[in-house]
Amino acid sequence: MRSSRARRALLDAAIAAIVVAGMAIARGVYSNELMLFNFIMFLTLSQGLNIIYGFTGYLPFGYVGFFGAGAYGFALAVMHLHLPALAAMGCAGLAALVLSVILLPLLRLSGAYFAIASMAAAQALYEVIANPDLETVTKGPYGVSLAGVFAPAASYYLALAILAATLLVVVWLRNSRFGMSLQAIRDDSVSASMAGISVVRGRTVAWTLSALIAGLVGGVFAWHISVFYPDTAFDLSVSIFATVFLLFGGATTLVGPLLGVFILYGVYNVIGIAVPQYFQFTYGALIVLLVLFLPNGLVSLLTSRGIRVP
Amino acid sequence: MAETVLRAEGIEAGYGRVQVLWGAGVTVRAKESVVLLGTNGAGKTTLLKVIVGLLPAWKGHVFLDPDEVTTWRTDRRVRRGLAYMSEIGVFPGLTIEENLRVGGQFIEKSALKSRMDELYGYFPDLAERRSTLGGALSGGQRKMLGIAKALASSPKLLVMDEPSAGLSPLFVSQVIQVLSKFREQGLAMLIAEQNVAFLDLADRVFTLEGGRIRFEGSVAELEADDSLHKAYFGLS
Repeated sequence: MRSSRARRALLDAAIAAIVVAGMAIARGVYSNELMLFNFIMFLTLSQGLNIIYGFTGYLPFGYVGFFGAGAYGFALAVMHLHLPALAAMGCAGLAALVLSVILLPLLRLSGAYFAIASMAAAQALYEVIANPDLETVTKGPYGVSLAGVFAPAASYYLALAILAATLLVVVWLRNSRFGMSLQAIRDDSVSASMAGISVVRGRTVAWTLSALIAGLVGGVFAWHISVFYPDTAFDLSVSIFATVFLLFGGATTLVGPLLGVFILYGVYNVIGIAVPQYFQFTYGALIVLLVLFLPNGLVSLLTSRGIRVP
Repeated sequence: MAETVLRAEGIEAGYGRVQVLWGAGVTVRAKESVVLLGTNGAGKTTLLKVIVGLLPAWKGHVFLDPDEVTTWRTDRRVRRGLAYMSEIGVFPGLTIEENLRVGGQFIEKSALKSRMDELYGYFPDLAERRSTLGGALSGGQRKMLGIAKALASSPKLLVMDEPSAGLSPLFVSQVIQVLSKFREQGLAMLIAEQNVAFLDLADRVFTLEGGRIRFEGSVAELEADDSLHKAYFGLS
């Protein structure tokens, strides 16, 4: 039994390694680095969202708040503390962690109430950052320029490292006692506590971990593009895309969010370039069809037949 | 006298402004099997919820001897040796194997492995379906899994809320058979029931009526009391 569990973990880890290696190689063979970077960004964000939604059932529509906090944590550390990029990444993660701790009381809510409250929190943070009165601190709505630390190659590979670490966290969650405890909390928090699981601790760890990942992605995004505005860093479409990719592929699995990003973001780019006039129609239809026929995501084609999906 | 495993005394509790328990209490000694009899609405589930920490006591005390646990969270009480099996005890999104692992997630890995092997021996139906999701099981299988999951942590005391609810007579006798094996091993049990078939397991019986304990004694003493005999056995 132990060996079969070890084999499953190894298979999960191998898939993670292939994805990371593929994205590393892609940079050498495909010239549109920003598109590849966006792929990495959404691969990581959808897995970060997977940790909080797939494993505990909380769906934060305001997930972009952590991303934005990370981006501005990075920018403020560079602008005001004059930290080098790698040290500023620490501030990006810290900013998201602090925000997640402040928002911990939201975990008392559930379902739509939690989703909406998290979105409101992200919007509130956006309003603070974009406040013209704070121009001397955040540059307000006028955006930040971090040309001094611009390093597309280094930031690309750091994003890849964050993706690798995130995938490993998901592999660990899928194969550890702690991950099983989280899934038990998701299924039924009362029963979970009756099984001796500390529901509060489990949710807190998943929430802060998920926030940290979004914060780090926000930080590396800020480093990679170097010039951005509050509208970019707190763009709700970041949350929406990460959520749709996760749900399209299938939450709680490793490959579900990966498939979601590769297929949907791939289609998004292909249609957006080839036939942009049909983009919204096609994309919308794809999502409607999925919700109608595969509400548990693509992986449910296999899981509904009792096949384990990595 | 044997060591007391559970002592709940003077419990008053309820929901919102509705008081359900009025000074109820129950004790379970080591290796003892106690049945808490009561009709629907008597307060059995409420008393069990207070004992396991799912509902706060307005008044009274709960001891998992020697510690007072009245204000402890459920998970802390469970780690202290209490196991609770209720209607909602199974995780539908986890397989049978994973349900058992979650049930025993805070004991040593090697101990859990041997415990699971032991449990599969008691529940061969579950052993054959280890990879089946909890949500795909029948009511009876789910009940068996709920009991097995509660036992996975090798508890000192197993608390069960109406294990016969929703089960056919055949499954009820299977549940009693399995529980009697654990009783022989010395597991302390507190079983809230209205099915008198479970009295076969009882060393002592408490009856609960209107949120108050009306009777405490042996099965023979219960049967000797005409009014109680009529109330629970339905015979004059």
